[in-house]
Amino acid sequence: MTTLDSSKEIQKNNSEVNETHEDFRMFGLITFLIADGMTFAGFFAAYLTYKAVNPLPDGAIYELELPIPTLNTILLLVSSATFHKAGKALLKDKNSDSQKWLFFTAFLGIIFLICQLFEYFHLPFGLTDNLFASTFYALTGFHGLHVTLGTLMILIIAWQSRINGGRLTSQNMFPLEAVELYWHFVDGIWVVLFIILYLL
Amino acid sequence: MTISIDPQKTNNESLQPKGWLRYFSFSLDHKVIGIQYLVCGFLFYLIGGTLASAIRIELASPMSDFMPRDVYNQVLTLHGTIMIFLWIVPVVNGAFGNYLIPFYVGARDMAFPRLNAVAFWLIPPSGLMLVASYFVEGAAQAGWTAYPPLSITTPQSGQIIWIMSVLLLGGSSIFGGINFIATIIKLRRPELKLMQLPMYCWAMLGTSLLVVLSTPVLAGTLILLSFDIIANTGFFNPVLGGNVVVYQHLFWFYSHPAVYIMVLPAFGLVSEILPVHARKPLFGYTTMVFSIMGIVVLGLVVWAHHMFTSGTPPWMRLFFTIATAFIAVPTGIKFFNWVATLWGGKISINSAMLFSCGFIINFVFGGITGVALAQVPFDIHVHDTYFVVAHFHYIVYGGTVFIIFSSIYHWFPKVTGKMLNEKLGILHFIITFIGFNLCFAPQHWLGLNGMPRRVAEYDPQFQFVNQISSLGALLMAISTIPFLINVFLSMRNGKNAGDNPWNALTPEWLTSSPPPVENWEGEAPLVEEPYGYGKEISEQK
Repeated sequence: MTTLDSSKEIQKNNSEVNETHEDFRMFGLITFLIADGMTFAGFFAAYLTYKAVNPLPDGAIYELELPIPTLNTILLLVSSATFHKAGKALLKDKNSDSQKWLFFTAFLGIIFLICQLFEYFHLPFGLTDNLFASTFYALTGFHGLHVTLGTLMILIIAWQSRINGGRLTSQNMFPLEAVELYWHFVDGIWVVLFIILYLL
Repeated sequence: MTISIDPQKTNNESLQPKGWLRYFSFSLDHKVIGIQYLVCGFLFYLIGGTLASAIRIELASPMSDFMPRDVYNQVLTLHGTIMIFLWIVPVVNGAFGNYLIPFYVGARDMAFPRLNAVAFWLIPPSGLMLVASYFVEGAAQAGWTAYPPLSITTPQSGQIIWIMSVLLLGGSSIFGGINFIATIIKLRRPELKLMQLPMYCWAMLGTSLLVVLSTPVLAGTLILLSFDIIANTGFFNPVLGGNVVVYQHLFWFYSHPAVYIMVLPAFGLVSEILPVHARKPLFGYTTMVFSIMGIVVLGLVVWAHHMFTSGTPPWMRLFFTIATAFIAVPTGIKFFNWVATLWGGKISINSAMLFSCGFIINFVFGGITGVALAQVPFDIHVHDTYFVVAHFHYIVYGGTVFIIFSSIYHWFPKVTGKMLNEKLGILHFIITFIGFNLCFAPQHWLGLNGMPRRVAEYDPQFQFVNQISSLGALLMAISTIPFLINVFLSMRNGKNAGDNPWNALTPEWLTSSPPPVENWEGEAPLVEEPYGYGKEISEQK
């Protein structure tokens, strides 16, 4: 979490920043992510309730293959680490390194989405087949939407961390930190989703 | 860290329109946004009130002769949705919260002014969309609760527009909540301790926590419901193996806290108004704070008391009955505190005070019927009858709307620099109070005798009592006339208010009326004792 708290360190070292107010944008983002997490909590609660009380019709397929989602879990966990590397590099003013790590993170996100689509097209059930299928697509789809938005934001900040004329510098870390926190949040949700949906 | 409370340099005044035009602009000034919320909310209140009048005209006779049954269902759905999501929630949170909270924490604006403006501008389009859905093969008919399977089987376009509109309003509400939490926690000037804040800040902090924790669940639920309607999935459709009770659980996980989202800010506002007009410190500040936080925590775990007739298992009934009964404790503490604040005070009988006292009386009734409704045997008897309608309106109209009017009388001098006419204000109060009680008190009797709610026709034996109720509704409709006349006349040629007509001590009164753009010329005053009434002037420094 060092990069996430780096704004405070900068404030200590930089007298110019000291004159403005405390940066509470991160606080606002955390509040928003709590709210977003509650949406997922609602979906998970609905899924678990269905699992407990609503028997599926005979012959319904609700078995899932594990290899692709396991690969996806690894992809997202690695992407969290690479994003962290990007933040560290930017803090040391190595903008081009930071940009490389960001593009690599976005690449992992895109691979995740491709794998997800591949899984969708090869599953033996469709959205409306049964209750399990509907909940499966709703949950993974809503998460996939988050990954899509996250990937787009990573591409934007990767563009902004370019060396000439980029807004993102070690003095202005907030965009990177915000997207990083969001990305860790989306990864965390995926781990919970993977456990509940695939392993349980 | 310095104490600089200057927010982002976003308020570039030279770029913003002046005069009344700024109320139609994407203004970032929290005071302008507060007024935008209030006026927009009031316009929707007039629409919702017209719909309520239509309902009461229909119910003046046992047959559905004023409008067809499906139109009646649309009217009651729109009435509920507009009043809750476009009048009470935006006004009691957004309007007064945006106007007052920056003053109370000693700031020059909200924490995120741009987000604030976005949150407001989501409201008019979604509201217009909702009203316009009437003209597209009919508006939603499933009530403001939109229970499936009813909401799946009624005409779809109206229901989908309803869902879209409520999703946008929910987003607006979440953005507002994030903003209030950040403003109160982070933008508060550092010398000001949390326990020195005016009570409305605590109420808004609690409310915003509820908004942030529960509104997203409603959003997720409505997305699933829209899948059921558009994509033919079966989340809530028993025919396709779904489960309607899951919808009810998720819906009430938001919508019970929503009752506190509507009423906690009113608790905060009345705690500001009573001490000023009774010239006494607010009684029991600390217990008030803990009561609010107790209501927030308990409010999140009582939702299933709306579902005692939905096949709820006995352990659930037991748990939710007890949890609901517990909520009466912090609420009761607050009531005794308000009465103790009035006790022995130098009370001025003006419109703001009258509406606040009206609130106390009405809300005691609503609270008592609320405790009664939490008891399973009683609830099963009166579930979905007019008893519930009466209880609910005693809370949201007798409670919150009375406080909205009280607050308008209290803060109008600050906002406009003009006093409202007291005679018209007292007339407004008398008609509203009589009309309200005449309209809703008889509905307790109707409900106990088994008249179901949300139905256009009823047993002729109930006709007389329904006509009394409709007469009350007529008085309530009339009561807005003196109010509107009062507002328009006072804005043009009301008496000048001066900076602090009530001799109040909370920070918003320590600046000019109307306040300058960044709230204070020079540094913000530090108010450590917002309720220090009845002390020597020298003690207050």
